[in-house]
Amino acid sequence: MILQAKNIALQLGSASILNQINLTLNDGELLGLIGPNGAGKTSLLRILAHLQKPSRGELQLNNKPVSHLDRKQLAQTIGYLAQGAPAHWPLHVRRLVELGRLPYLAPWSKLCDNDHRIVEQAMTMAEVSHLANRIVSTLSGGERMRVLIARLFATQPTIILADEPTAALDPYHQLHTMELLREHCDRGGSGVVVMHDLNIAARFCHRLLLLHHGEMVSEGSALHVLQPERLQQVYGISAQVLNNDSGLSVIAHSRAVNEQR
Amino acid sequence: MTHDQAAPVSFPLLLLLLGLGTVVLFVVALHMGSAHINIYQSMLHYLSGKTTLETMVAIEIRLPRVLLATAVGATLAMAGASLQGLLRNPLASPGLVGISNCAALGAVIALYFGLGSQSWYAVPIAGMLGAALSVVLIFMISGSNSSIMTLLLAGVAVNAVASSMISLALNFAPNPYAMSEMVHWLLGSLANRSLADFQFSIPFMFTGWLLILNSGRFLNALSLGEDTAQSLGFNLAQQRTALVLGLACAVGAAVSVSGSIGFVGLLVPHLLRPLVAYEPSRLLPVSALGGAMLVLAADIAVQLISPDQELKLGVITALIGGPFFFYLIIKTRNSMT
Repeated sequence: MILQAKNIALQLGSASILNQINLTLNDGELLGLIGPNGAGKTSLLRILAHLQKPSRGELQLNNKPVSHLDRKQLAQTIGYLAQGAPAHWPLHVRRLVELGRLPYLAPWSKLCDNDHRIVEQAMTMAEVSHLANRIVSTLSGGERMRVLIARLFATQPTIILADEPTAALDPYHQLHTMELLREHCDRGGSGVVVMHDLNIAARFCHRLLLLHHGEMVSEGSALHVLQPERLQQVYGISAQVLNNDSGLSVIAHSRAVNEQR
Repeated sequence: MTHDQAAPVSFPLLLLLLGLGTVVLFVVALHMGSAHINIYQSMLHYLSGKTTLETMVAIEIRLPRVLLATAVGATLAMAGASLQGLLRNPLASPGLVGISNCAALGAVIALYFGLGSQSWYAVPIAGMLGAALSVVLIFMISGSNSSIMTLLLAGVAVNAVASSMISLALNFAPNPYAMSEMVHWLLGSLANRSLADFQFSIPFMFTGWLLILNSGRFLNALSLGEDTAQSLGFNLAQQRTALVLGLACAVGAAVSVSGSIGFVGLLVPHLLRPLVAYEPSRLLPVSALGGAMLVLAADIAVQLISPDQELKLGVITALIGGPFFFYLIIKTRNSMT
């Protein structure tokens, strides 16, 4: 399943949010979408999820325009994890995860045994089986994020689009969340993940895509994208980039004085 | 973690209990009234084609009132439950988005011109037209692709306009009789309704129920936010339109035969929500039964408290609803801090 964005632009009112974005997401690939606040990461992710219509350009799935696809079919293929893991009612964890089966249900029908099996499986994968009878509003941030990831797994999407899934999580749960997304890609799926933590992005993503003022500034391996000069230009920070056995790490020292920003 | 266990009653059992409660109250309500008649015998007489004074009372007076109490209560409570699900806000109710008031405005205009006394269907039809107009206005203001919050704001604006127009109509009432007719209608009552009123309004209410129940799954998905609901395969604009049309159909029909009966749509879903573990789709049928029970009980109370029918049904529900609203605010205030 190859997701392609071709020449995407987004104009909201007089503001240009995105411009000339081209990207290809291949099977097994986890793509990190990085950039400073307001760079257009969430807008791009929503366009990829077909939640927002681009002003220009086209979104293609296996070389076919996404707009030609059936809504349900699309929902079965592309899973979306919203920012902040919202759950507006104190639902039961199991019932919440079951919502992931909605794209498969015929009108007025109930979940079948197969659906229940998939829900169990999703909960096992996200390691939330022990929380099945808990109420979602009583969970910690990390548990709640994993429950919503279980919901996502229950939909069995090929492509996962996640908006800042590690925000507000402690390091342990950040790693856990990223491992879950990475495992999905290792099983043959693919994903795009919006991130602020450059270290975790560098560690888990196969490829990074750096956005700045709605434009794609750089794309490629972490080593290629995360260069000190570029970080200074885009993020306005002076940072040290270390490359050793444990992977790439970015240490931000101070804000840089920079007229270009 | 024993505090977050499953709902205390299973869903089918809850439906059964509420269903039984509704049937019991329905039967009790049939026995209310100043004349002592044998309801079952008069029903049998009616079915076998005999017309006595007793069958007249049972079929023409008691039955429509009780049927309407059941249908109107179910409609208002289910509408409230669905709106609370749509807006993801426990304080939403059909009155909030202007549908009730627009229906009321339509009816008041009909009464203003004295159409109510000319034909029995003038007021209900005007009420339905008012409800339909509210939907058109809401969508004209909010646009077709806006967020649910814009929809809510548009509804509040429509509500404000409708209530000001009602005041205007009352202000310039052509004669004291029209004025008192309008005020009495606005207070909300099920007394003196005919079987024709029921037959006129039930198809609209039923259509509305189906549309509302059909959106249950969408409401469930919405508890994960609008974006996630859309990513689960729901067409937001389409689902929202279907639900609001259902609401207008059902609430418009209910208000146009009963007048304004407040707080049922707010109170019932809120009381029953914990019993269905906060699941929006399950709340719909449960609220419908609960609403039927509440309005049946309130109508029984009205007839017990003042058999000469001075006390209006809408006044009773407002008297219960007002303090409940205080309680709700205090409770949510405490849970926020």
